[in-house]
Amino acid sequence: MENSNTVLFRKELAPDVYQIRVHAPLIASERRPGQFVIVQVDSDFGERVPLTIADADPAEGSITLVVQAVGKTTHRLADIPVGEGIANLLGPLGTPTHIERFGRVVCVGGGIGVAPLHPIAKAMKEAGNHVTTIIGARNQSLLIFVEEMSRISDEVIICTDDGSAGRKALVTHPLKELCETAPKPDCVVAIGPPVMMKFCAETTRPYGVHTIVSLNTIMVDGTGMCGGCRVTVGNETKFVCVDGPEFDGHKVDFDNMMQRLGAYRKHEASAHEQCHLDMEASRLEERRRADGK
Amino acid sequence: MSHREPSELAREAGAKLREVLAAGPLNPKDRMAIPAQEMPVQDHVDRRGNMNEVALGYTPEQARLEAMRCLQCRNKPCVAGCPVAIDIPAFLKAVADGDPRAAIDIIRRNSLLPAVCGRVCPQESQCQEPCTVGKALKNVDKAVSIGRIERFAADMEAAAGTPDVPEVKPETGRRVAVIGSGPASITVAADVRREGHAVTVFEAFHKPGGVLLYGIPEFRLPKSIVEREIAALKAMGVVIRTNFVVGRTRKLSDLVSKDGFDAVFVGTGAGLPKFMGIPGENLVGVFSANEFLTRSNLMRAFDRARADTPICNCRKVAVLGGGNVAMDAARTAVRLGADEVHLVYRRTEAEMPARIEEVGHAKEEGVVFHTLVNAKRFLGDSYGCVRHMECLRYELGEPDNSGRRRPVEIPGSEFMMDLDTVIVAIGNESNPLIRQTTPGLGFNKWGNIVADDDGRTSLPNVFAGGDIVLGAATVILAMGQGRKAAQAINSMLAAAPKT
Ligand SMILES: Cc1cc2nc3c(=O)[nH]c(=O)nc-3n(C[C@H](O)[C@H](O)[C@H](O)COP(=O)(O)OP(=O)(O)OC[C@H]3O[C@@H](n4cnc5c(N)ncnc54)[C@H](O)[C@@H]3O)c2cc1C
Ligand code: FES
Repeated sequence: MENSNTVLFRKELAPDVYQIRVHAPLIASERRPGQFVIVQVDSDFGERVPLTIADADPAEGSITLVVQAVGKTTHRLADIPVGEGIANLLGPLGTPTHIERFGRVVCVGGGIGVAPLHPIAKAMKEAGNHVTTIIGARNQSLLIFVEEMSRISDEVIICTDDGSAGRKALVTHPLKELCETAPKPDCVVAIGPPVMMKFCAETTRPYGVHTIVSLNTIMVDGTGMCGGCRVTVGNETKFVCVDGPEFDGHKVDFDNMMQRLGAYRKHEASAHEQCHLDMEASRLEERRRADGK
Repeated sequence: MSHREPSELAREAGAKLREVLAAGPLNPKDRMAIPAQEMPVQDHVDRRGNMNEVALGYTPEQARLEAMRCLQCRNKPCVAGCPVAIDIPAFLKAVADGDPRAAIDIIRRNSLLPAVCGRVCPQESQCQEPCTVGKALKNVDKAVSIGRIERFAADMEAAAGTPDVPEVKPETGRRVAVIGSGPASITVAADVRREGHAVTVFEAFHKPGGVLLYGIPEFRLPKSIVEREIAALKAMGVVIRTNFVVGRTRKLSDLVSKDGFDAVFVGTGAGLPKFMGIPGENLVGVFSANEFLTRSNLMRAFDRARADTPICNCRKVAVLGGGNVAMDAARTAVRLGADEVHLVYRRTEAEMPARIEEVGHAKEEGVVFHTLVNAKRFLGDSYGCVRHMECLRYELGEPDNSGRRRPVEIPGSEFMMDLDTVIVAIGNESNPLIRQTTPGLGFNKWGNIVADDDGRTSLPNVFAGGDIVLGAATVILAMGQGRKAAQAINSMLAAAPKT
């Protein structure tokens, strides 16, 4: 068995959000909910970025990734056409989610965080939990995986910032209501932007509801070799790539984590801009060639 | 030491060699009178701005002269000092006689990686330490420069074109898995493949080479040398599977029980960076040396224009530690354009484990050394970026069990250093991934695999060697352990023919 890393399927789910299915039988057969891969689109000068595995099909030997094209690497990844391969794909990495029959589980997904949440929610359901899913996005067009989540949840609550779909609210509002209503949740799993996870943890803290968050820090190797992914959890240093990516949300020092995430923001902004300029230039070039004909 | 132009060194050596050759057979006194040959190096101002190799290598004349300094003494203390017992006087004699090709054949009997070891071995504490010439001149710096001559012989071989692919015996149908692709694994792969067994190397990173690739910088070990060794393995028919982390992509036990490997060698190194556990260590701008060096070397972040992987814009850097890793990190920071690089070490220079040549090079490049000092805590600004380091001064106390005098802190000696980047290079431990996923494999309390002299572990058919057994050690020791494990694997497979 060998991973060919060939892109089998590719679809735009929302503006700049792509679902990609990749041939990787080794990863597909080993991966458990909550694990991630590292991708690199160019062996010499590309950077290594972590992406959570949204789904896997061991029979087909494929894994599904959901990518938001936010930077140079993710843009290039999203642009790989069906039939071509990703230069490097490593995984499955990280410690799988602890799945157990907790009772009532609330799964909160923000933005593309819904994609990695999906296999966890599914596993929680299969373990016999009552699953309530809260999905949040800025607006309707950015909502993803609603149908898939509905299929495996007992209840789905949708929130948008502008009210274009579901409730006009932040995900923390329904979360708070659920915590206040008996029977209160036994476990919350929140995956999304760091700020969202931070406030989900703050929301559940007074109610003492166990809250799991999945952290997506800067990584290099993804195997515990560099410490670039480290976070402070309950005053201890943890490596997200091996000790995580999931941690007790009530213990994570989110402020430190967000500061560390921003360490290269200037570089990323300029690389991203350069990438857009490059794309713009090649588009212009194409048009010029077409016009010239 | 003032910088001497390579051309000048070459000219002097040329003249001296003619003179020595003209004088006829050499007696020991003549040999002792030959001046120790200085390694030509890149100018220290120029090299601050590039990644190119610093030590340029001996000219043929220099190599011959230096090799002629060897007295060919009967008791060969150098051989005893070499962890893999290379027949040093014999290869030195070949170089002195102007036959580096013969020299390399002698070296290869015991070492697979002469171009690497000639560059990175701590010769001053191994073969050169007991050298009779150094002893007679009462200065280990004046010992015969065995490492430089080894490098010369290896470089001559490479310059002569692609070396012959080592002969591989007919296929035996047996399969051996090698985990990791550092020097221990490279050696096992070559020695086992030679016997006709199929070898697959599994490497977690996207490129093979281990620390030789991601850790040791280009300016000390050009990556083309590592690539050459890997290409040689491939030419022998070794299969290399990158992006494969054993324990996650597949468990070690599955390689044996499901994938049909007859033996497994674990050479996963010591890749887990140690931190100090002091306040402020997770501030932005505090890195492990592993991260800093991996970004620069493997991910090529040094090439800012082309690489996607960013590296910090360091201006005022403190590197904590005194080993090779610390020197490499400090000198990389210099090359990234840092204004000031400070090396902070708890003991004195005499205790530094780094190669003496690298300590010298670091100083020439402007790295400021602060010995008997250690960090106490880091302080950041409102953005969570490191800005200051509170330090403590130390003095040397009683020797500890490593024989080195233990540093003792001086109460009340706190002082502050302003900086924007801290690189922690206080050591590496072994990665727990295989330990966590391989029941039955025995580890000691430091997390290293327990193995006997031949690399046998507590699991049948599973061998181990290199840093995963020794703790962070050296290339030559990793290579030497690989050799022994390969022998054990080969005899095990020979004793139990395929059924
Ligand atoms: C910066 C630096 C400078 C150094 N300088 C010197 C020097 O000047 N002289 C000297 O003699 N020594 C030096 N050393 C030490 C020397 O490099 C090591 O002792 C040597 O490389 C150890 O070799 P190894 O084969 O045991 O493992 P490594 O070279 O560490 O290789 C291990 C490989 O295994 C891979 N791996 C780990 N886990 C897995 C897994 N689960 N699945 C698949 N692959 C895995 C890793 O990615 C890595 O590529 C230096 C080390 C560093 C870090
Ligand atoms: S990404 Fe390097 S240690 Fe986690």
